[in-house]
Amino acid sequence: MWKNWDNDMDINISTFEQLYNVCISTNKQIYEVAQEAMGASEDISVEQVRAFALRSLFAMKEAIDSGLNSKELSLSGMCGDDCFKLQQRYKNESAMFGKLFEKIIEYALATSEENIRMGTIVACPTAGSCGILPAVLVGVSREYNYSENNQISALITAGEIGRIISVKVALAGAVAGCQAECGTASAMAAAAVCQLRGGTVKQILNASALALKNLLGLTCDPVAGLVEVPCVKRNPFLAIHAVTAVELALSGIESKIPFDEVVDSMAQTGALMSPMLKESSQAGLATTKTGLKIKENIFGK
Amino acid sequence: MKKSTLFDIISPVMAGPSSSHTAGAVRLGLLARNIYKKVPHKVVFKLYNSYAHTGKGHGTDKGLLSGILGLKVDDRRIKDIFNNEISENIDYKFEYYDNFRRHPNSVDIELYGDYNMKISGDSVGAGEILITKINDFNVSLSGNYNTLILVYKDKPGMISSVTSHLQCANINIASLSCDRNAKGQDASMIICIDGNLDADIVQSIEKMDDIYFVTYVEKLG
Repeated sequence: MWKNWDNDMDINISTFEQLYNVCISTNKQIYEVAQEAMGASEDISVEQVRAFALRSLFAMKEAIDSGLNSKELSLSGMCGDDCFKLQQRYKNESAMFGKLFEKIIEYALATSEENIRMGTIVACPTAGSCGILPAVLVGVSREYNYSENNQISALITAGEIGRIISVKVALAGAVAGCQAECGTASAMAAAAVCQLRGGTVKQILNASALALKNLLGLTCDPVAGLVEVPCVKRNPFLAIHAVTAVELALSGIESKIPFDEVVDSMAQTGALMSPMLKESSQAGLATTKTGLKIKENIFGK
Repeated sequence: MKKSTLFDIISPVMAGPSSSHTAGAVRLGLLARNIYKKVPHKVVFKLYNSYAHTGKGHGTDKGLLSGILGLKVDDRRIKDIFNNEISENIDYKFEYYDNFRRHPNSVDIELYGDYNMKISGDSVGAGEILITKINDFNVSLSGNYNTLILVYKDKPGMISSVTSHLQCANINIASLSCDRNAKGQDASMIICIDGNLDADIVQSIEKMDDIYFVTYVEKLG
C-alpha cells in the first residue's frame, strides 16, 4: 500500500496506523515523516519546516520566561498570581517529586497565566491548552540538557500527533469538549517527551494514546465564559498527566485500545456530550453557585 | 472545516487568551484594514452575541482595534493598545448587541474617513475568520488568499473582461464568486488568486467601463 511513498511524499496520512506503517517501512522517525510531508505539501524544504518549528519553540520559551516573572492578574482579575505562589514555596521547600516536577508545573502555570493576561503564547494546539506541551518539552529539555535540534524534533512529533487527531475531531471545546483541547495537548506532550527520551515509534504512539484515553469525556465549562477557571490550573495537571503516560509507554506498557480507536471514541464522546458542557458555560463549573457569582461580579447581571 | 496542517497545530504565536476571541478579532480588524486601505479617522465596532458577552474578558475589543491599526496577532502592544500612542489619533467606539441571526462571534466594523465603509465578519474558530459583507454586498473572504474585489454594473461579459486581464498577466484564479443587488444594477465579484497582482493590472481593470470600485486585498500573514 505504501510502496509509492518515496515518490509521493505528500501522500496524506490520516490515521496513526498509516503513520506507524510508514515509519516502519521507511525506517524513519515520526518527526522525519511529518517534516517531509509538511515540506512536500507546502513546497518548502525540511530545513524550512524545522525553522518554523524553532520559531514556535522560541516563542514557547519566551512565554514561560515572561510568565515566571509576572504576577499581573487577568482582565477579569480571577487568575494570574498562582505561578508566583508556587515559586515562592519552592524557594524554601522542594516539591515531593523533585526539581523536574517543579519545573513542569511552574512552566505550565507560567504559560497559561501569560495567556490570560494577554501575553504572547503559542496556541499549541489551542490557546486554552497552551501551557501543557511547552511545560514538559522545555522542562524536560532544560533538566536533561537536550539539544535544540532534539527539541525541534520532539515538537514536530507532537505536532504530527495533534494533526492526525484533528483529522477526526476538531480541536475545539465547542465541538468536542476539553478532551479535544487539553486532552490533545496532553497526548502531544506525551509524544514530545517520549521522543526526547528515545522512545520507539510504537512507544511514542502508546504514550499519546494512553494520555488521551485517560482524558476522555473531559468537559469544557469555563466560568463566565473566560479561558481561566478551570483552564489555567488544568494545564499543570495535564502536563504531569503526560509524563505518567511516557513512563508507562517507555516500560513497554501498551494501550489495549489502538490509538485510532481511542480517537474515534473521543469523537463519539464529544458528539454525545451535551452542548451545555461544550464551551457554552451553561452547565458544570460555570453554573455552580460560586461560578455564577463570579460571572455576575465580572460582567454584572 | 479546512484540514489542519502540522504548522496549524504548532502555531500561531499569538497574544492570548483566545484564538477565536482575541487572535480572530485581530485578524478581522487587519483584513478590514486591508479592504479599507487607509487608517480611518473613526471606527465603530458593533459586537454581537458571544463577542458582545465575553469579548471584554478576552480582549476582543483590543484585538479589533489593534487589527485596524495594523498590528499582527503576536504583537505585544495589543494588550495595552488603548494606552498606546498609535491609537491616539483614531476615534473608536464599541457597541454590544444580541442577534440570534448572526454568528456567535460576529462584528460589524464601520469605518469613517476619506470614505465610509461597513464591513461585517465572523470569527469561525481557531483564529480563522470570514468577512461576510462589505457595504451591502455579500462576500466570503478568509484572508488566506490575495483577493480582488470589484463592484460594477451588472451586464453581460463583465466576468470574462475582468478575468482576461488576469489571464494576460498569467494569474491563476483559485476561486471566483459574484453577487448582485438586482438585475442590471450593482454587482460584485470576489476573485481569489494564487500569487501576487501588480498595481498596474488593478489600475487597468479600474479603467474599464462600468467598473465602479476595485480593491486588491492582500492575504493575512
